[in-house]
Amino acid sequence: MSEAVSEPAVSRGKTARAALRLLREPLGAFALVLVVGVIAAAVFADVLASADPSKIAPRDRFMAPGMEHLLGTDQLGRDLFSRVLFGGRIALTVALGSTGVSLLIGVALGLVAGYGPRWLDNLLILLFDAIKSFPTVMLALAFVTLFGPSLTAVVVVVVIVNVPGYARIIRTQTIALKSAEFVTAAQSMGAGTARILRVHILPNVIGPILILASMDIPVVIAIEAGMSFLGLGVRPPTPSWGAILNDGFANIRETVWIVFAGGMPIILTTLGFTFLGEALRDIFDPRLKAR
Amino acid sequence: MLDYAVKRLGLAVVIVSVAMLLLFSMIYLIPGDPASVALGPRATEAMKAALRERMGLDQPIWVQFWNFYSRAWMGDLGTEVLSERPVLTVVGEQLPYTLALVAGGITWSVALGIPLGCWAAVRRGSWIDRVVGVLSVAVIAVPSFVVAIYALLIFAVALQWLPAIGAGKPGDLGDQLVHLILPSLAVGLGWVGYIARIVRASMLEVLEASHIRTAYAFGLPDRLIIYRYALSIAILPTVTLLGIGVGQMLSSAVFAEIVFSRPGIGKLVYDAILTRNFPVVSGAVLVTTAFFVLLNLLADLIVGALDPRVRSSF
Amino acid sequence: MNVLEINELNVSFATEEGVVHALKDVSFTVPERRVVGVVGESGCGKSTLINAILGLLAKNGRIDGGTILFEAGSDLTRLGPAEMRALRGVRISTVFQDPMGALNPVISVGRQMANVQYRSGRSQAEKMALAAAMLRQVRIPDATAALGRYPHEFSGGMKQRIAIAMALMMEPALLIADEPTTALDATLEVATIELLRELQEKIGCSVLFISHHLGVIAELCDDVVVMYAGEVVERGTTRQVFNDPRHPYTQRLLECDPARQAQRVRRLPTIAGEIPDLRCRPAGCIFAPRCFRRFDACAKAPPEQDIGGGHVARCFLAEQPETAKERT
Repeated sequence: MSEAVSEPAVSRGKTARAALRLLREPLGAFALVLVVGVIAAAVFADVLASADPSKIAPRDRFMAPGMEHLLGTDQLGRDLFSRVLFGGRIALTVALGSTGVSLLIGVALGLVAGYGPRWLDNLLILLFDAIKSFPTVMLALAFVTLFGPSLTAVVVVVVIVNVPGYARIIRTQTIALKSAEFVTAAQSMGAGTARILRVHILPNVIGPILILASMDIPVVIAIEAGMSFLGLGVRPPTPSWGAILNDGFANIRETVWIVFAGGMPIILTTLGFTFLGEALRDIFDPRLKAR
Repeated sequence: MLDYAVKRLGLAVVIVSVAMLLLFSMIYLIPGDPASVALGPRATEAMKAALRERMGLDQPIWVQFWNFYSRAWMGDLGTEVLSERPVLTVVGEQLPYTLALVAGGITWSVALGIPLGCWAAVRRGSWIDRVVGVLSVAVIAVPSFVVAIYALLIFAVALQWLPAIGAGKPGDLGDQLVHLILPSLAVGLGWVGYIARIVRASMLEVLEASHIRTAYAFGLPDRLIIYRYALSIAILPTVTLLGIGVGQMLSSAVFAEIVFSRPGIGKLVYDAILTRNFPVVSGAVLVTTAFFVLLNLLADLIVGALDPRVRSSF
Repeated sequence: MNVLEINELNVSFATEEGVVHALKDVSFTVPERRVVGVVGESGCGKSTLINAILGLLAKNGRIDGGTILFEAGSDLTRLGPAEMRALRGVRISTVFQDPMGALNPVISVGRQMANVQYRSGRSQAEKMALAAAMLRQVRIPDATAALGRYPHEFSGGMKQRIAIAMALMMEPALLIADEPTTALDATLEVATIELLRELQEKIGCSVLFISHHLGVIAELCDDVVVMYAGEVVERGTTRQVFNDPRHPYTQRLLECDPARQAQRVRRLPTIAGEIPDLRCRPAGCIFAPRCFRRFDACAKAPPEQDIGGGHVARCFLAEQPETAKERT
């Protein structure tokens, strides 16, 4: 990332051209359709759902997909289609929320490490390396043991996992910018640290990090689903893709439809977001490709 | 080389120490009394007090940390809450299963990833290259536990080609290997993608190098140039990548162990969480972390050993 | 007999921005046991020329016409990949510019030199013995031990000598040397050139020596080919070209050579203008846009004018030496 001081990547004319390029790329267009579909399904879950996702109907258990239950029913007779829709809502909320929080903290710490005193920089780097040395799931397991399973636990785990990466990139770029001419000029004209960071440094470092963060969304979705699968995330009866998959796994010899209903959304969503992210990155910032 | 190794080892010790400090802070920050949490709601006051004393919770915080820290380096990670067996023994019993799983994952990822990446680089721009590119991204994106469940569903439940549960009969290596196939595929599949990508990228870079041009100018056969002259350099970054990869494969192993009901660290921690067997969780996390740091260290040293240029620059 | 005879060679590359006509009607010969220098600025088509001879043009490159006759027999432009491969390293060898990167960093020197002999059918011990003998010839100390070492353990000058040893090991008929001394400092440069000359005479091969360094060319070469923007603008013996240059480009090139400045000057003279865009070659003389002797006829491409004694220049005014008045 030595020469990674970039112009803010997005401007309006560029956006339109980028959208065109994205649609011309078959994989990019496919990914866009998937992502838009997933978001729409989550937003309009109330309208689209054919039943209450938590309504238990023991007599309807293990039904195969049909007209009444599009994706069938689970071991408690709950409508899987509705559960998948509401599960998407949970997945996207967690993904966007925790990525947002990670970005805030990561950018702040990165600026501090890059612009602040040397000892603080060294300390933060050591902390980041130490955090990175925990395998993710171990971190999540340790954390949940202490604080109990909840949606908050998922968000906290994601933030802890993501912050070091973001902070490191911001730090590198800040250090590169610190000695840039326009920053030195601003300093000599008496601009305060806060102003320099806000006006001169932040706009120049934020572009690439936004792209990276958007590429992390499928990873976050996977973490939420994984923790919920282990019963360490959302608590039942709240629907989550991971929890549905777990139901399916527990009853895998009864019916395959629950596994199908829980797994397919995870696969399609992570693929959609990943391919979209790849396509956007190639368009806006090909330099990041090396990562 | 030795100088470098010592420096890297020092850094590894510092990182593990900080990791221990973090783990300790988390234990300390636990809401409520750790003794009551560990023993559950039906414990008597006397039991809690005894446990508190055993865990050293009546001491000031820095003494507690020092005890935790120094004992951990000596290998004393405390004892299990109920059976009172040393945590290190419990973890040590499960570790080989997890290591076998991770080794299997590495085998899958290397055996598939290196040829695919090399193939894509040599046929750059062809449809093979594009297919490998899309597949790499796809296997990276899909979470390993989904892979594990679908592998279980397809190959064990539906087709019944491979066993679904357990680690195989003790002492029967063949049976154990058969039981390893599906779980290790779930662990390693994503890394097939990572390795294919990095091998492709570094292969393309190496193929541009002037010594490769020289090799062609000497009329050496393509196969010798690609596999001996270029690939032997292009696979170097995979060693470093696998150092990181092992850590993530340890994470995936937790899921694989649960899905395939295999013994191992992941299953151990998971069960310990459900039974609130708290020292086991922290001990296992610590061992895994130290192991992970050690592997990263090892990866760096291996790169040094493989690449004569790095070796001499230490 | 000519070892290499290039006739009307044309090479082009298909790029995203259009077709680049990299070599146009290139003709010259490399006679037996002679050292022929090719001189020109960067971008004049020297590397394309080498790659065309070696059959190593990039995938988007194409030979549009012309012949490359090797040892008065086979036309290299018509040989298949396998036949070309059999010639490379055996009958035609190459020493490249960058001694640091020319050897494979993770394979020992001996192994690399043995690999070059893979067609010879010799035993491994024989291959190693020949490699050691060759290293001794290029004055690598302790040659047998050097076989087991890796390239990074040698200095830049030694690496280049190893590369030369590797190139001459199979006693080729033609050695292509692509700026082999550019990356070396001056003392090493002289030593390397003397070594090259000595080995060339011993083996009796011809050398195609590519350089932008006029001093080195004058020192080493028997004949000179001057290239500009993918065309041969002048060729002849070194004495003819250096003492009596007839193409305006050669004249400017010689004037710009720092070694030829009569006295120290504050600023070295340069040739005004830039190499033309090879995607759309001008219709007439390629050098006309930068030429101070340009006149109406230059709108048409000049043919090669024979000045006599094998001295040829591609300029209408080649037979009228420039007058002092024309200089500005």
